[in-house]
Order: sequence, then structure tokens, then C-alpha cells
Amino acid sequence: MRYLANVTSLRYDEERCTGCGRCIEVCPHGIFSLNGRKAVLGDRDLCMECGACSRNCEAQAIRVRAGVGCAWAILRSQWRKGKDGQATCCCD
Amino acid sequence: MIKERPSDKIVCGCSQETPATPVAGRQELSRRPWVKGFLTLPSGDVPLVTTRLSMRDRLSTIRVRWGLGRMKYIIPPGLYGLGRPAADSPLLVTANYKLTFDALRRELSGLDVWIMVLDTRGINVWCAAGKGTFGTEEVLARIEAVGLARVVSHRKIILPQLGAPGVAAHEVQKKSGFRVVYGPVRAKELPAFLAAGMKAEPEMRRVRFRFADRLKLVSLEFAGSLKYLLAIAAVLALIGLLAHGRLAVWDFLPYLGAVIIGSSLVPLLLPWIPGRPFSLKGALAGLVWALFLIAGGAAGFLPAFSWKVAVAYLLFIPTISAFLAMGFTGSSTFTSLSGVVKEMKTAVPLMAATFGLGVIFFGLSFFI
Repeated sequence: MRYLANVTSLRYDEERCTGCGRCIEVCPHGIFSLNGRKAVLGDRDLCMECGACSRNCEAQAIRVRAGVGCAWAILRSQWRKGKDGQATCCCD
Repeated sequence: MIKERPSDKIVCGCSQETPATPVAGRQELSRRPWVKGFLTLPSGDVPLVTTRLSMRDRLSTIRVRWGLGRMKYIIPPGLYGLGRPAADSPLLVTANYKLTFDALRRELSGLDVWIMVLDTRGINVWCAAGKGTFGTEEVLARIEAVGLARVVSHRKIILPQLGAPGVAAHEVQKKSGFRVVYGPVRAKELPAFLAAGMKAEPEMRRVRFRFADRLKLVSLEFAGSLKYLLAIAAVLALIGLLAHGRLAVWDFLPYLGAVIIGSSLVPLLLPWIPGRPFSLKGALAGLVWALFLIAGGAAGFLPAFSWKVAVAYLLFIPTISAFLAMGFTGSSTFTSLSGVVKEMKTAVPLMAATFGLGVIFFGLSFFI
């Protein structure tokens, strides 16, 4: 299944990559692969912006605006601010 | 209407400040039915847990899946043992949501492992990682609190892959000396992962969103949409009573259908409904339902209704289905924040417009 194309905020700077392979380990959609001593960014449109890759990239080669793709959370952030500056979904 | 860059951090879970879960002592833990004994170590008593889920565990799982008491289904954080763990046994890290803990331990029969439960305030791994409670700081604090360096002889901890958005593995290693290995996405694959020397096949690293996965979620979504259902039903009942002086089932059924389509049918049939935005899928499915009702009324196999009712169906039903289907973005495993913001920038004004038109038309219909 695929969601909208050309929207992800994921940015990858190959120059900085040290080839540690963490991004390949953590990405739940298998977007990265290892080619020799560098990570290669594949199908960006599969990115769900969870932020696992950038959080685990010691070389800071990956940047992404992490968050959840949840319509309810976005509506809450627009209409009613979360008390701790977090807009949330699924609150009992 | 929908801002390009929401100013808040958009996360899962509850925004209310949940207090830290206290660590439990031996006496309290021994009352838990899933604790079957204790291992006495120099660092303290470690409860040993069973891999078997009792009837009570299973019934609670059903209750929680339907959204009852979901935020209070918590176990004490700390170190647990499973099987007969020794100093060289692997260490698994998990969240203190009981459902998560149960899903983990039930897959581990025959294994000897340590389980370090983080205080995620009763939230599952994925959502807690997004919030940061399943995070670097909590991992470091818990390693310290349970005296992990004295319990195990190795220096590796296995975290669930879905906890990775909250944890910087290199920082954990730098500050604690423990190397983080991310395990598979699903607990079911842990035995294979461990047997392969902590190596995950690429397939173990992928989140899926199969029909069975969606079916589970839909039960939650349906429970969640019940309150909207009741609100809509109450309004329709009132209108029906005012307009006709009676309660008619066909005043409800079309809209009940719209809610079920948006909250259950679209999620279940997600890959087979055309369009990528969830709201578009919902609107299309709702439109099919509205057209079916109109065709049924005209052909005579459903009760007949006036053209005014038909217009109301066309305006309201796709809007309701689209709105609820859009809400399923939060439950899916492949939508991104940027994508949902983009979808909503178009969908929300459109839904507001069709809903507004519906209300205006309904008001005017008394005078036409």
C-alpha cells in the first residue's frame, strides 16, 4: 500500500554517511539499503516520517520532521493545543 | 485552514501528564498471577514470569482492545526473568503496557531471557517511542535502576525495532556501555531472531498492514466511533420525532451505514478502494452507498423517499464516511505527517463545505 507521493520531509546527505547500517536496521519500510560503504536511499514515497533513522544516525546524515500521520492529532493541534505542546491522537 | 507546519509535536497517546509508574516490591509482584516465582540475585529479587496467558489475561486483552480501561493497563517497570535466565542470557527491552508485555512473553516459551520493562506510562512501544517515553533517557535510567551491569555478563540489549524512533542507539552505548540491537518488529519472530544470532531477515524488519492487522484495528475504531454514532442517532431521532412525530428506522439506517463504511469497511477494504487519500476512499465508498439507497428507493426494493432526502444523502453520507476514513490514517502503518497534512488541506475544507451545504439545504427543505 502506498500513500501520497512526493510529500516526505526526509533528507539524506550521502556525504556524511559512515555506512554503519543503523538506518537499514530501523526503517520499518526498508527504504535504505547498503551499497558498499554508504547507505542508499530508495523509494522515499514509502517514508512514514517515524524518525527512527535520523534519531539513530550518529553521523547526522539523515533529517526528517518526525511525527505521526494521524488526522485526529493534526485536528487537535489546530483547534486545541495539547497541554505539553504535543498534539496527540487516541486519548481515552 | 490546515496549517502547513503544525506548531506542536504530533504524537500518539494521551497528552495528559501520566504519573510515573512506581517500581513494585516482591510482595506486591507475588500477587500478580503471571509471576510464578523469584530469582534471588545480589542486586535483588527478580520476578519470573510465565509464558502462558491465563483466561484472565485473555479476557482483559479483549476488554482493552475494545477501548475499556486502555490507559490503566499497566505493569510495574523493572527487571523480569523468563525461563531460567543466567548471566549470559539475552536481554529484551519492552514497554509497561500489559498488552505489550503479554504479546511478548507469550512468544517466548522454551527460551531463557531477561525482560527489562521500561516505564512508558502504560503506552505501547511504537506510540511511546513517538512521545519519547520509550526513549534514550528511560533506557539509561532503567539500566541503572535495575543494576543491569551486575546482572548480565554481556553488554548487549535487544530493543524492539518499533522503539527506534525514541532511542538513539549510539547514545545508549556511549553512556551505558550497552550496545543496542534492534530486534524484529513482531514479537512472534523473536525466537527465530535469537536463534540466528540476533540477525533479522529483511522481512522481520517490515511493518505490515494486512487484512488481519486491519481487522484487529477496526474493532477498536468501531468502539471509538460508537459515540459519534450515538450522537448522530440522537439528532436524527429528534429530527424524526419533530418532523413526523415518530421514530422510523429508515431515518437512521442510511447514516448508520455511512458510519460503518467510514470506520470499518473502508479500513478493511483499504487497498481495493481507489484513490490514495483516505478521505477520498471514504467519500467514494459513501457515495456508492448513497447511490445504492437512491436507486433502491426509485426501483422499489427499499422504502421510497422524496428528492429532498436524496439530496441530503448525497451531501451527508459521503462526508461522514470521508471524515471517519480520514481518521484511520492514525491507525495505518504507512501514512506520514506531511502526507496527512497535505490530504487534510484539501479534504477538510471540502468536507466542511458539503456538510454546511447539507445543513443549509435541510433548513431550506422545510420551505420548498
